[in-house]
Amino acid sequence: MQHDDVIWQVIRHNHCSYMAKITTGIFCRNPYNVTGICNRSSCPLANSRYATIRDHEGVFYLYMKTIERAHTPNKLWERVKLPRNYEKALEVIDKHLEYWPKLLVHKIKQRLTKMTQYRIRMRKLQLKVREKIMTVPRKEKKREARREEKAERAALIDNNIQKELVERLKKGVYPGEIVNIPEKLYNEVVEMEGLKPSPEEEEEEEEEDPEVEYVEGYDELEEEEDMEDFGGFPTDELLKDDEYGKESPCYVVDMDEESELNSGSDRKIAKKRRKGAGSDAETLDGSEYSAKLKRKGKVIIEVEGNNDMADRRRAEM
Amino acid sequence: MGKEKKRKGSCEAEAEAVAERGGGEEKRKKSRTAPSEIKNKEKRSAVHAKLKREKKILKRKQAKARDAAYKKAIELGEEPPEKKVPRTIENTREPDETVCRPDDEELFAGNDADEFSAVLNCGVTPKILITTCRFHSSRGLAFIEELKSVIPNAHDYARGTYDLKKIVEYAKRKDFTAIINVHTNRREPDGLYIIKLPDGPTAHFKLSNLVLRKDIKNHGNPTSHKPELVLNNFTTRLGNRIGRLIQSLFPQEPDFRGRRVVTFHNQRDFIFFRHHRYIFDAKEKKEDSKGKATQAAKGKNLPEKKVIARLQRVEEMKYSMYCCMLATLTTSTPEKECGPRFTLKLISLQHGTFDTKGGEHEWVHKPEMDTSRRRFFL
Repeated sequence: MQHDDVIWQVIRHNHCSYMAKITTGIFCRNPYNVTGICNRSSCPLANSRYATIRDHEGVFYLYMKTIERAHTPNKLWERVKLPRNYEKALEVIDKHLEYWPKLLVHKIKQRLTKMTQYRIRMRKLQLKVREKIMTVPRKEKKREARREEKAERAALIDNNIQKELVERLKKGVYPGEIVNIPEKLYNEVVEMEGLKPSPEEEEEEEEEDPEVEYVEGYDELEEEEDMEDFGGFPTDELLKDDEYGKESPCYVVDMDEESELNSGSDRKIAKKRRKGAGSDAETLDGSEYSAKLKRKGKVIIEVEGNNDMADRRRAEM
Repeated sequence: MGKEKKRKGSCEAEAEAVAERGGGEEKRKKSRTAPSEIKNKEKRSAVHAKLKREKKILKRKQAKARDAAYKKAIELGEEPPEKKVPRTIENTREPDETVCRPDDEELFAGNDADEFSAVLNCGVTPKILITTCRFHSSRGLAFIEELKSVIPNAHDYARGTYDLKKIVEYAKRKDFTAIINVHTNRREPDGLYIIKLPDGPTAHFKLSNLVLRKDIKNHGNPTSHKPELVLNNFTTRLGNRIGRLIQSLFPQEPDFRGRRVVTFHNQRDFIFFRHHRYIFDAKEKKEDSKGKATQAAKGKNLPEKKVIARLQRVEEMKYSMYCCMLATLTTSTPEKECGPRFTLKLISLQHGTFDTKGGEHEWVHKPEMDTSRRRFFL
């Protein structure tokens, strides 16, 4: 026998496993509940005539249970597929629940409205692009940070930049009058070194490993394009500047390489020239300015950095 | 009882060591009582300190001996004993077959045919669009402001809620050459997307260690001259590609008068970004202690003048010719770093514009690539 009141009393006062009590209220987690609240009128267990709407893969079904089937729990719930159209679904509900209590029918229609609305929103969201949050395990984050710090220390960035700049200077990338060297020094060195206009060949530019050599050329790629835009011509003093005797010109290479840029074999030529294969000091038109200033001996770059770790940390803080 | 015995034992061992000095005996002593086996903290720290002192003395002795031998050899017979090269991670890097060789025809052909050749060769001026992710932060905006000062011809746009794909289309219509998207997490910029337009590859970098210009001591102010680029250590094919991507963000004709240099230095797959203003300085040196080959060849006795490029710090920003030079040759001038400073690490390189679902990735970082400390990909 189905005594709803008895069932309700037992459930409510003793224990119902579908009940969820939160600060804001008491809720029912039973999937067949219409409103979701734990109520005498909303409890699917304590009402022998009950109906809900449930959603299965985007399709809505009307579920109904009657007291006649209360003894066969397996066939308790009767299911009707609701049409996609909202109004038509309302009509179907009306047709099936014609003689049912109005309150229940009202609640069911409310539920249908809400479900249609959230179905529309879900579909819209699927079309949009959302950011997906990926977590990185803490161990990996720390490992990366450690490796980065060590790499930074190993990189000696400032030294490398300075080395690179001085090499470019030697190769003649910079037009002469731009480089700012004290004039008296110039003169002194010029007197010291004699007046031959052929530039030095820097052995230090010989890189054994092809990688670094490639980097050289890589930068040359950029430099060549720069050369095209040179306008300036250096003064005579620069022209006289030479201390390296019969070294083959390496800077002139850049001039020729412009034309060969497109063929892409500039590096080969650079290598050859550097090794001193061609010792003719061809002076093209604009080559005067490539007689950049050479300092005797090693051209070093010096930096006094105040980028100590302490400062950086302070800065970051 | 046991502890006392041990203490006595260590005392004896120490006494023994005191009695007999020398390499082998120390080992014996160590094997008898390593400092970590002594339970008494005072005694243990004393033993440890002593050990360290001895090691230090030994090391200094060896270094002195080495120097002396070197000097002697140079004076006598020009046969200096070989200097030992310290083993570094870069020295012992796992051999990589994708390292670019300087005479690789295929590489040059590839370079000519890739997406960057339009900008790099034909002289299309790069035009950059910078945006943020949807939720930006003040630090992200500050970073974008600084990026705009570093990269010439960069424009920043508010993100709104547009899809990145829509932004790509918009930018293509307006003839931009690249999009930079700064991604923020927890109010800090932590990701950078560089999307090369018309159908360029998309590079996703992780950004870390960002130091803004205002946080750098004695920073300089960048001018609007076109900067020079320095790209170091991009060795492999992938590195080459990334390097060209970065290169295509900047105009190809730098303004040397501005003496601005922007550096992307790759070390162990971390790309360090620096932005400096530099000057060349000549410095008088009494002797060249490093003994480079050039000096030997020239054999000059006069003091050498060396050209030094100092990353410049000067109060006034004059691009003077030689006239207004540095009067002080040997005083140190601190470097002039301007602009932000940050580190990038490549996460993925995708062929084509931004399309995470359908795009084909050329390179993706996987955790299993981190297992070897000597293997790098850029």
